[in-house]
Amino acid sequence: MSESRNAILGKLRAGRDAHPLTPPESDFAVLRNKRWEGAERLERIKRMMEAVHTEFLETTEAGWPADVQAFLKAQGTRNLLFGPATEAGARLSSEWTEGGPELVPYADRVETFKERLFDGIDAGITTTLGAIADTGSLIVWPTPEEPRLMSLVPHMHLALLRADALYDTFWQAMTENRWADGMPTNALLISGPSKTADIEQTLAYGVHGPKRLVVVIIR
Amino acid sequence: MGESSINFAKASSAALQDQQLRGNFRRAMDGLMSKRAVQFADTAEWNGVRTLGASVRLRALSKLPELLEKLEANCTKNGIQVHWASTTDEANAIVLSIMQRVNAKLVVKGKSMVSEEMHLNAFLEKHGIESLESDLGEYIVQLDEAMPSHIIMPAIHMNTKQIAHLFKQKIKEAEYTEDVAQLTDLARRVLRKKFATADVGISGVNMAVAETGTLCLVENEGNGRMSTTVPPVHIAVMGLEKVVEKLEDVPPVISLLTRSATAQPITTYVNMISSPRKAGEKDGPDEIHLVILDNGRSGIYADEELRNTLRCIRCGACMNHCPVYTKVGGHAYQAPYPGPIGSILMPQVEGLETRGELPHACTMCNACVEICPVKIPIVEIMGRLRSEAVHPGDAVKGAGSHASKAETMVWKGWSMTYASPLAYQFATALLAKLGNAAPASLPLLKEWTNVRSKPRFANRTLHALAREKGIPDV
Repeated sequence: MSESRNAILGKLRAGRDAHPLTPPESDFAVLRNKRWEGAERLERIKRMMEAVHTEFLETTEAGWPADVQAFLKAQGTRNLLFGPATEAGARLSSEWTEGGPELVPYADRVETFKERLFDGIDAGITTTLGAIADTGSLIVWPTPEEPRLMSLVPHMHLALLRADALYDTFWQAMTENRWADGMPTNALLISGPSKTADIEQTLAYGVHGPKRLVVVIIR
Repeated sequence: MGESSINFAKASSAALQDQQLRGNFRRAMDGLMSKRAVQFADTAEWNGVRTLGASVRLRALSKLPELLEKLEANCTKNGIQVHWASTTDEANAIVLSIMQRVNAKLVVKGKSMVSEEMHLNAFLEKHGIESLESDLGEYIVQLDEAMPSHIIMPAIHMNTKQIAHLFKQKIKEAEYTEDVAQLTDLARRVLRKKFATADVGISGVNMAVAETGTLCLVENEGNGRMSTTVPPVHIAVMGLEKVVEKLEDVPPVISLLTRSATAQPITTYVNMISSPRKAGEKDGPDEIHLVILDNGRSGIYADEELRNTLRCIRCGACMNHCPVYTKVGGHAYQAPYPGPIGSILMPQVEGLETRGELPHACTMCNACVEICPVKIPIVEIMGRLRSEAVHPGDAVKGAGSHASKAETMVWKGWSMTYASPLAYQFATALLAKLGNAAPASLPLLKEWTNVRSKPRFANRTLHALAREKGIPDV
């Protein structure tokens, strides 16, 4: 197939060199200047995400595992998929009390429990790297301890968001944190539960991914 | 992958008779136009981000061969296998060989315009592989054995009732319902089983980042994430123009794309994939393949003016705002890419012989140019292609194929008449005397008089009237 590679690149080079193109400078000021003041950011994130059916649960650093458990119990959730090797996972399992939903660890390769994942899990909980005020989006970077499907397959996704980890724009989050120096296997922005408007422009939630997205704000 | 020559005029006539279809499109497009206007209500912001977006696309095109090499090097470093295809046949063969190596029987697909261009589903089916569309709109269209009619909303030509009947007819466990939530839930149940058992996932690419070897995919449904995460093999197909230079180029383009396409500040998911499953990771595909397709694009790139077509970010805003598309719908174009962008892209990719009629599906009103988030001069290119269609030997494949002897003679006669004062005076005098006697059914006149009154000639020419007033001819 390298024949095609060389032919394509050769043609492109010849075409470009015969008629070079001088592009204008890229001025990122329009993104650099987009700013919101402290408290405004979180308010905006909530407003934008609520507009696409995201739910919010306010809690504290000390109390979030208990609050999550109480919330899920009230919803009648049978079980919660979590990453036992993360700091958040360790807190969940040490503070989880009897009588709540079952805690299910995502501890092995997906191949060993795909069937249960697709048919028997009600909710999954992940951490986030923060959220973006411009678009109302969570930044989620799956890791070996917190795999990709945790935020996708369960019917409800709970996302832990620290109230001080907020950015103005997607551009600001990636440039300030130098994402380009090392991208993970899969980086994600998530801005609500799964949705579609493919049937006569009528919005419907939960078409393939989570039907509910619950952002747990930790202050 | 040339199809037989299409007949836009005939297909659009038929579409215009279909009141249901016209209603479905009218409602959808009106809604999209007003919602999009709200997203870009801040004119200064729109101008800033649009100029930035256009510069990102132009910068990528100015370094296209180098960026593709860099993308390949970084993807390879990350463990993504890169393949190059000059033609859609070659791209299909690459996809098939990967499938056969892993003995794939079932493929789940996210929405991808390039795979439509490749007619990939039909090709795989011929080789005994079930290729299932998983975007709800694409799934509906596939069940209906039809083509998508819009690049963002593939099933926009159907209403709920039609979809309800289709599901009842084609899905075993379906009960008839016109409740959209229930219809959506039914599709969820059917497709979840397929995601869990598919051997391969196929996706398109909204943008590939040369700097980091990252494939970006935007979507609302999660089917794209499912297709690229659950099956053990992920194959991404992209047109070679989809590369951008830097990671920081992604946010402005995504912002323009989602706001222009569906008037959302952002889609539910922005998925950035940079490698297959690494040691210790518990899910994600073990293999990722990226197929980079040319299919005529390098030819388009060689021409300074036509090259602007490759800026396109596939947002569909040009369709939503096109007075022709919004009346006749996408199927009349009989092409994977309909509307204004399709009318300039399809003839360049597949040739003017079969697609030369499409640049005429335009009123030159400029609505698409005003709306295009990356400032593609669509109407100028449209005019250029009309001219290419009748002038042999120029840049585009099939140039000159629409030249007709009668038309050439008429234009020659026209130019000779206008170049000679004597011939002009004679011709205008003749038309003043005899022009009104010409029947409306004359071959060249008929197309005009079909829907309009026949023009009436004055019985004296302007020159004659001027002379009477004592104004001499120059």
